[in-house]
Amino acid sequence: MSSRTITRADLYEAVYARVGLSRTESAALVELIIKEICDALATGETVKLSSFGSFIIRSKTERMGRNPKTGVEAPITPRRVMVFKPSNVLKARINGLTVEDEEE
Amino acid sequence: MIKSELVLKIAEQNPHLYQRDVENIVNSILNEITSALANGDRVELRGFGAFSTKKREPRIGRNPRTGEQVDITGKVVPSFKQSKDMKARLNMEPEKVQKKTPSKERAKSA
Repeated sequence: MSSRTITRADLYEAVYARVGLSRTESAALVELIIKEICDALATGETVKLSSFGSFIIRSKTERMGRNPKTGVEAPITPRRVMVFKPSNVLKARINGLTVEDEEE
Repeated sequence: MIKSELVLKIAEQNPHLYQRDVENIVNSILNEITSALANGDRVELRGFGAFSTKKREPRIGRNPRTGEQVDITGKVVPSFKQSKDMKARLNMEPEKVQKKTPSKERAKSA
């Protein structure tokens, strides 16, 4: 099966097809939604999107790592990372199962 | 922030739209991502991150309490990788973030 990559342009198109807005406005709204999600995450806030999943910011403490090529030990600085926790509905839909939660 | 708060925020910035419409827009984005993943496609959102799926082979697990063997069926799991931009943004020093705009102004006035 041909695996393709969905990008922002496809999201604009999906919004345009489902909601009665112009292409330009659909694109602007998709951008705004992504921006608002990013802004919330940048402040360390968790973003929970029901029946999809949650984006969580985790703080990692410093630990010793190793350069896999040279084997030299190097400290890994403390950092913040963004992780995605998929909801059960999303997991079920990806496995081709239907969930009562998703009617339509 | 939860979905309804996101919808409210967007609706406030777009007074000509009904909240219901905004909710529809958010849902169609999430739906598009979900169906793409269900198709086995990848979703790449520059500046945010990329969604993909990974296949898990069937295996024999064990109930950790009883030690009993359990068959675990194969499945597909969603996975997400944050973008470089997002990584940089999360780890920027607070002073650096604030400096970004003033430095531009300083360059202009100089």
